[in-house]
Order: sequence, then C-alpha cells, then structure tokens
Amino acid sequence: MNEFLTSMAGVVAAATPVVVAVIGETLTERSGVINLSLNGLIVLTAMVGFASAYITGSVWLGILAGFVTGVVAGMVISFSSITLKQSQVAVGFILSLLFRDLAYFLGTPFMVIPGPTIGSWSIPFLKDIPIIGQLFFRQNPLVYFSYLLIIGSFYLIFHSRPGLILRGVGEQPVSAYSRGIAVNRQRYLYTALGTGLAGLAGPMYTLNIKAGWNGTMTGLDGIGWIVLSITIFGGWNPLRGALGAYLFVFLQWLGLALQPRLVNVPSQVLQVAPFPLMILTLLFVNIGDTEWVAKMLATLPRGLRGVIYRIIRLLRKPPPASLGVPFERE
Amino acid sequence: MIRNHKITNYLFRIAGILIAFLFTAIVLMIARANPSEAFANIFLGAVSTPIKIADSLVAWVPLILTSCGLVITFTAGLWNIGIEGQITLGAIATTWMLRLLQDSGWPSVVILLIGFLAGIAGGVIWAMLAGGLKFFGGVSEIFAGLGLNFIATALTIYLIFGPWKRAGVASMSGTKPFEESLWLPTIPGFRLSIWSIVLAVVSVLIVFILLKNTIIGLRLKAVGKNPKAAVQMGIPTSRYMLLSFILCGIFAGLTGAMQVIGVYHRLIPSISSGYGFLGLLVAMLVNYQILWAAPVALFFAALNIGGIQLPIMMKLDSTLSGVMQSSFVLFYILMDGVRKIWIKNKEKTRDE
Repeated sequence: MNEFLTSMAGVVAAATPVVVAVIGETLTERSGVINLSLNGLIVLTAMVGFASAYITGSVWLGILAGFVTGVVAGMVISFSSITLKQSQVAVGFILSLLFRDLAYFLGTPFMVIPGPTIGSWSIPFLKDIPIIGQLFFRQNPLVYFSYLLIIGSFYLIFHSRPGLILRGVGEQPVSAYSRGIAVNRQRYLYTALGTGLAGLAGPMYTLNIKAGWNGTMTGLDGIGWIVLSITIFGGWNPLRGALGAYLFVFLQWLGLALQPRLVNVPSQVLQVAPFPLMILTLLFVNIGDTEWVAKMLATLPRGLRGVIYRIIRLLRKPPPASLGVPFERE
Repeated sequence: MIRNHKITNYLFRIAGILIAFLFTAIVLMIARANPSEAFANIFLGAVSTPIKIADSLVAWVPLILTSCGLVITFTAGLWNIGIEGQITLGAIATTWMLRLLQDSGWPSVVILLIGFLAGIAGGVIWAMLAGGLKFFGGVSEIFAGLGLNFIATALTIYLIFGPWKRAGVASMSGTKPFEESLWLPTIPGFRLSIWSIVLAVVSVLIVFILLKNTIIGLRLKAVGKNPKAAVQMGIPTSRYMLLSFILCGIFAGLTGAMQVIGVYHRLIPSISSGYGFLGLLVAMLVNYQILWAAPVALFFAALNIGGIQLPIMMKLDSTLSGVMQSSFVLFYILMDGVRKIWIKNKEKTRDE
C-alpha cells in the first residue's frame, strides 16, 4: 500500500507539467487561438530552462526563462494570426518544427551534464494528513503552484468578469466587440499568458522530472501533441483538463508497471500506448456530431435515444465557436 | 497595376528568404559559430562532388513524392499530418512482401513490383484510417494523423525487435538487409537510382495533370476552397476528401517502399526520416503548385545533405538544416501576410 502511494505521488508530480500546459492551452484556445506549436515549444523551453538554470545556477531563473520563451512564442503566434491573418494551423505547425530543431541545435553544449534540480518541500501540517498528505503535499513547490492554477483558472474562466469577457471573445467575437471589448487585445493577452504557462512545462521536466538535457534522447517529443488532445478531452475546462492529465500519466505509469508481466512487448511499444487511447478518446468525444450517427440515432426508439443523447452530451464539449477564426471588424 | 503587384509579390518573397537567412545567421551566432562558414559548408556539402549531388537527389526523391501527395490533400483543404505514419506503413508492407518472397525464386523485377504495390497498399490503408476517423468519427485529421504516426513508429520498432529481429542481435540498426538482387539498381559508384528519379518525375507530372486538367482536380479545389458551396454544387464533399487522403496515401506508401527498396534495403526504426513533415513544409511553400515543388524540394534536400557536414567540419548539430527549412517557410508566410496588408493599404489610399 505504501509503495503504491509513493508511486501515485510520483504520478501527481509527473503529471504537473502536463496539467500546467493543458491549462495554458485551455486559456489560449478559450480566446479563440490555437497554439499548435506546443510540441516544439515544450522541447525548446525544456532546453532553455535547463540552460538558463545551469548558467545562472538558479532553478527559478530557469523556470522564468521557460515562461518568457513561451510568452515570446505566443506573441509570434498572435502576431501572425491576429495581425497578419495567416493560418494558425500553418504557423503553429511550422513553429512546432522550428522550436524543436532550435532546441536540439542550440542545446548541444548543455547535453548530458549534471545541472541544478528543484527539490521537494513538504507543506507543514498538511503533509501529515493520512494518504492525502503523502499524495499531494510532499511535493515540490511547482506542484503546489499547479493546484492553485487549476482552481484559479477555473474560477477565472467560469466565475469572474474577465472570464466572461474571455469566453465572449472566443465564442462571439462580433457581439463582444459591439459591447466595447477589444477582441484582438484580449486574444493577444490570453495567447501570451497561455503559451507562457505552457512554457513552464519544459523546465519542469529538465529541472525535476527528467533532470538534465539529453538532446533527442530527452524524450519530450510528443508530449505537446498529447497536451493538445487532452485540452480537447477536457472540453476547455481546467478541472476536466487536469483530470485528463492525471489520468494520462497514471495510464503511462500503469504501462510501465505492467511491463515485467508483458516480457514479449518491447518498452517502446508500451510508451506509445497513450496514442491509440488519445484517438479513441477523441473518437468518443466527437462521434456524436457526425451525420451518420445522428441518422442512426433518429431511427432508435425514443427512450433509448434519450439515454444515448445524454451520454453523448456528457462526453462532448463543443470547442469555442470562433477557435482558429480571425476576427475582423467590419 | 496588376503587373505592379506581381513585382511586389516577388519582392516580398525575396525579402522573406533574406530574413530567414538573417534569422539562421543569428541562431548560428548564438551558438558561437561563424554564419558564413556554416553556410559555405552546407553549400559545399551538397554540391561539391558528383557523389554529394547524387546524394542530394537521393534525398530529393522521397521529399518530392511526399510533396506530390500533400499538394493533393492541401488542395482539398486537409492537413494530412499523418503522412509520416503512411510512409512508415508503406515501408513495413514492402519489407513484409520482400521477406515473404525473397526465397521464392521469382524474378527480382516481379518481387520488387509486388513490393512497391504492397507499399502503396500500406500507405493507403493508413491514410484511410485517418480519413475514416475524420469522416465517420469526427476526429480532426491532425490529431488522428499524429496518433497514427506514433502507432506506426511503435509498430516498426516492435517488428524490428520482435518477429523480424536479426538472428543473434536485434538492434536499432534495423532488420537484416535484403540480398543485393532485391536492391533497386543504382548508377555504378553512386547511391542514386535512375528508376527513382523517373518515378519522381512521373509523379510530379501525374499530379500536375490531375489537378490542372481533370474533373477530379477541379472538384478537389472546389471542396478545399469552400466546402459548403461545393455541397450546394452537388459535389459529395466527404467522398472527395477521403479520395484526397487515398491519393496522398499512394504517394506516401510509394515513398516508404522506395526508402526500403532503393535506399536502406531493410526496415529501420526511423524509416520515414521526417520526409513527411518536410513535405508539409514544401507543400505550404509552393501553395498548391506542384511544379514549383520540384525545385523547392531539391533545395530542401540539398540542405539536408549539406547539413551533414556541420558536425564533421564545425562540431555543430546537423539540425541547423531543419532550422533553416522551417524558418524559410515561416518568414515566407509572415511576409505574405505583410504583403496582403501592404496592398490593402495601398489600394485604400488610391481609392481616397
């Protein structure tokens, strides 16, 4: 039991960068902008964060460097999609490749060297709560930050005035504009904030979870795509997104834990287990929208149809209506 | 006035390329390297000897093949990011057929042809999976494709370390190489095969004719430009989108088959070598015009080959080629946005 608790505390720690990146992407997408560069961005901030911490000797400057890199990336995305009105998917995809290659190119001098790491810091009193204390409150400070972020961003989006404006900008930019809201300024703001948060994920890996920078062997290529799909799974809701992130890392751990029992399956195969799962989740979330399902449902008896509709509605959360669409005032 | 716009269009494109060079130079300076020395090494590394030129052409073939397929999906307005997996599945299917038939005693030509067909089938099946997920499951082709890419890579590694492992040691170097009789014949002294060049050129021409002169091409364009209007014109949109996936899968599968039969002569873990994603960059840059893809892909392939010199000559990582390629496309697209705003403003002042 104790051993299991330690593993689960490890899952909570390992899920933290995913949680933070998912919430960042949720904020960005809520305003109507997609950051498809996320995969490259996490690799780049991982390198930049480690390098900065190594040079300055301060892990916190490393974390800050990750945030700043993320903000700059967000500004490039907003500028190209909001001001220059170019395709967000195109620019995001190009940046994803560019950031990744930049990380590998510029990261060479920092490869395979020991650097500073973030230590854990137990919260007094809370750490002594049975089970919960061991799971959640004997972690490093960034994990505690992620708890605050989950609650704070949920409150911001759904229970505050700025959040109301944010949702308005993402759902109905035209009516938001007619009520005097600077739609594009809001989008710039939340894109930068969201990518900045996503930029924290990289240093969290290289300064804590997978300490050190190992070039292509760092093994972060792919995380960003997972984050993007968890954002969809989470229905652009920080609570659901965080749950998705914890679930994902738990399943990853489960794969590793089961490995000794599956001797014939190479470890590389178990590592990709999340991806079929990602496709299946997206399938469950989206299939209710397709024409053929709608047609098939129409032929079912009423009672059964109602039940299925309810399940579909529970799984499905529609994306912000103007996601990816540039706003033009006419 | 139109003529005037054409000149400004070219000026903006050239400016984009220059900015990309400048950006790469800054990146090199951050890495404390001399930019002109690095550019010279890349250039010489790609063209200084006949062998290097031939190697650039060897890299050009898979790149132009994937670009051929991607121009079709782009025309239909789709992002086939799953192309990497489609290449991989093509390579797996080809390897499978060659393994089955290598001791059959059949003529090599027959076995190789079957190998290529199997590759096409592999690519098409994987493309149809992504397409099917999009049209019957409502999953964005971007995420379906990405997931399928990772699954394809895992399948390759499983095969190399599992059922197809080399006698004795299974390793990242791949499966056991095929007999030389099953290699695509090359020009003596080079790694380049005339047949692969022929295949590439024919593919470009086929896609050019398909998109320019056939009803299918016209309808794909209609679907890509405005799907809603296409439906009103009576075009079965999703059927045409699925068709574009299948056509792209053909070229992706061919790429995989070519890498197995013509280049590596076995299945290796990273058999797609990133040519799918690079093809996406090429297709974005040429903006649906397949004829332009030929020179652009050659330039990108030369950058890949030239980049190999960087670790040898300057102790720099060869990923600089990737930095250059993606910054070319990035600044091209950014300058395109600037150009549109510039023209709009100019017309506004003229109207006043």
